[in-house]
Amino acid sequence: MISFLLQRLGLALISLLGVMILVFAMVRLVPGDVVTNLIGLDTNITVERREELRRLFGLDLPIQTQFAKWFGGVLQADLGSSLRTERPVLTDLALRFPVTLQLTLFALVIAIIIAVPLGVAAANNRGKWIDTFASSFALLGIAAPSFWIAILCVLFFSLQLRWFPPSGYALFSEDPIGNLKSMFLPSLALGLSLAAATTRIVRSSLLEVLMLDYTRTARAKGLTERAVVYRHAFRNALIPVVTVIGLQIGNLLGGTVIIEQIFGLPGIGRFALEGINLRDYPVVQGAVLVVAAGFVVVNVLVDVLYALIDPRVRFA
Amino acid sequence: MTFFKQLLRSPSILIGGVLVLVMLLSALFAAQIAPYDPIVFNTEDRLQNPSWQHLFGTDIYGRDTFSRVLHGARQSLAVAFLSVSIALLVGGVAGSLAGFYRGWVDTIIMRFTDILLAFPAILLAIALLAFAGGGFWNLTLTIAVVYAAPFTRVARASVMRVREEVFVEASQALGNKSSLILLRHVLPNALSPLIIETSLRLAFAILSEASLSYLGLGPQPPAPSWGQMIADGRQLLETSPWISVGPGIAITITVLGFNLLGDGLRDTLDPRLRKA
Repeated sequence: MISFLLQRLGLALISLLGVMILVFAMVRLVPGDVVTNLIGLDTNITVERREELRRLFGLDLPIQTQFAKWFGGVLQADLGSSLRTERPVLTDLALRFPVTLQLTLFALVIAIIIAVPLGVAAANNRGKWIDTFASSFALLGIAAPSFWIAILCVLFFSLQLRWFPPSGYALFSEDPIGNLKSMFLPSLALGLSLAAATTRIVRSSLLEVLMLDYTRTARAKGLTERAVVYRHAFRNALIPVVTVIGLQIGNLLGGTVIIEQIFGLPGIGRFALEGINLRDYPVVQGAVLVVAAGFVVVNVLVDVLYALIDPRVRFA
Repeated sequence: MTFFKQLLRSPSILIGGVLVLVMLLSALFAAQIAPYDPIVFNTEDRLQNPSWQHLFGTDIYGRDTFSRVLHGARQSLAVAFLSVSIALLVGGVAGSLAGFYRGWVDTIIMRFTDILLAFPAILLAIALLAFAGGGFWNLTLTIAVVYAAPFTRVARASVMRVREEVFVEASQALGNKSSLILLRHVLPNALSPLIIETSLRLAFAILSEASLSYLGLGPQPPAPSWGQMIADGRQLLETSPWISVGPGIAITITVLGFNLLGDGLRDTLDPRLRKA
C-alpha cells in the first residue's frame, strides 16, 4: 500500500513539474507584456523607463533563469509578488483558497446527495417512471452549460422567490448564515452538472452488478433487497462511480472560474482570471499552480479510494 | 445498407441525429430562416417580451433574440467542427504513432499528453486565449489544442488493441513495411472509438465555445455568439430573462444532440463497450 502510494505520488509530482514549466513558458511566450499593460496608453514613458521596469520585475533575465528563480521560490513557499499590487501571491491565494474549496466541496456534496439515491432508484426500477426521470435529468444536466444553469438559478431562486442573493460573498467567520446563503446557488449550479454525470454512472454500473451471480446468490439466501443493493451490489458498483467523479473534479475546478465570476465570489478562479487579464505573471503562475496541484491531489486521492474499495487494486 | 439500418434502429442515434441536423440546417440557412437582421440596431423595439413577432423577445438594441440565436449557431458549430477536426487529426496521428511504434515515441508523446491533461481544460484555454487574444481562429485553435490530448489517448489505446490482432501479425510475417501495416490494417480497424470520441467531443466543444465566449474571449461583438448573448443578458435578467434563456436552450439542444449521437454510435459500433 505504501509503495503504491509513493509511486502514485512520484508520478503526480512529475506531471506537476510539467505543468509548472508549461504555464511558465506559456505566459511569457505569447505576445503581450505586463509592462505595456501597466503603463497603459501613456506615451510619455520613455524606452529607458520601460527597460527599468522590466529589470525591476526580472523580465530582462533569460527565461530559464527566471524559471529557476521562481522554482526556487516555490520550493520555499514563496510564489513571488503581484506585479500590480505588490502583495505576496501566497497571501492572496491563502485568502481565496477557502472560497474555492468551499464551493467545490459543496458542489460535490450536492452532486452526491442527488446522484446516489436517484441512480440507485433508477437501477432498482428499470423502465419505470423514476428511471425515465433519472435518465432525462442526466441527459439534460450534462447538456446544459453550468453557467447557464447558474443564470437560471439566479432567475428562479433570487429574482422570483428572493430566497438567495444573486451575487456577493460573506465570510463564514463574520456571517455564517450569509456565507451559506451566498454559497448555495453557486454550489447548486456547479453541482447539478456533476450530479447528472454521476446519476448516469451510478445507474449503469449498479445495473451491471445487479446482473452478476453473487447478487443472485445474495437474493437466494434470503437477504432483504436493501441488504442486497447496499451491502453487496453498491460497493462493487462504486469503482466506475469514483472514476467518473474523479475525472469530473477537473471540470468542477475549471467550472469554478466562470461560476465565481457570475456570482462575484472572491475565489482562486476569479483571481486567476484577473491575473490573466492584467498579464500579472506571478499571479497567473501561482493560481494555476494551486489549481493544478489541487487536481493532482484529487487524482491521488481517487487512486487511494480505489485501493480502499477494491483490494485487487492494491496487489495488482 | 444493413449497417445504416442498424444505425437507424437506435433511438439515440435517431433523436440525436435529428437534433444535430436541425441545428446544422439552422446554421446553414440562418440568413434565410431568421425573421430579422441579427446585427442592425432597431431602437424602437428595445427589450420586448416574447411574442409571435419576436419568439425570444428583443435585446437592449432592439435586435431579435431568436434571429441572433439562429446566427449564433453558425459560430458555435463552425468553431466546434473545425476545432474537433484539427484535434482529431493531430491527436489521431500522435496517438496512432505512440500506440503502434511504442518505445521512446510513445514515452515522449504520452508524457506531453499527461501534462496537458494534468490541469483543467478550461483554465488552459482561458490562459491561452487571454494572452493570444480572442476571436474566431484563436478560439478554434485553442479548443483544438486542448482536445488533442484526449484524442491522442483514445487513438493510442485503440491502435494498441488492434496491433495485437492476428491479422497484423500475418501482415508482418509477409514482410510488409510497418507504415503500410499501420495505414492499411491497423487504422481502419481502430476507427470506432475515434468516431465515438469525435461525437462526444463535439458536444464538449460547443460547451467550451460557449463558456469562453461568455467570458468575452470569443468573436468580437456585434457578431452573435451564444455564450456572449447569455453574458449580455446577465445584467437584464430581472426585466428580460429571455435574452439569456434563449441561447442557453440552443446550446442545450445542440449538446444533447451530439451526446445522444455519441451514445448511440457507441452502442452500435462497439458492442463490447455497451452499458447495461
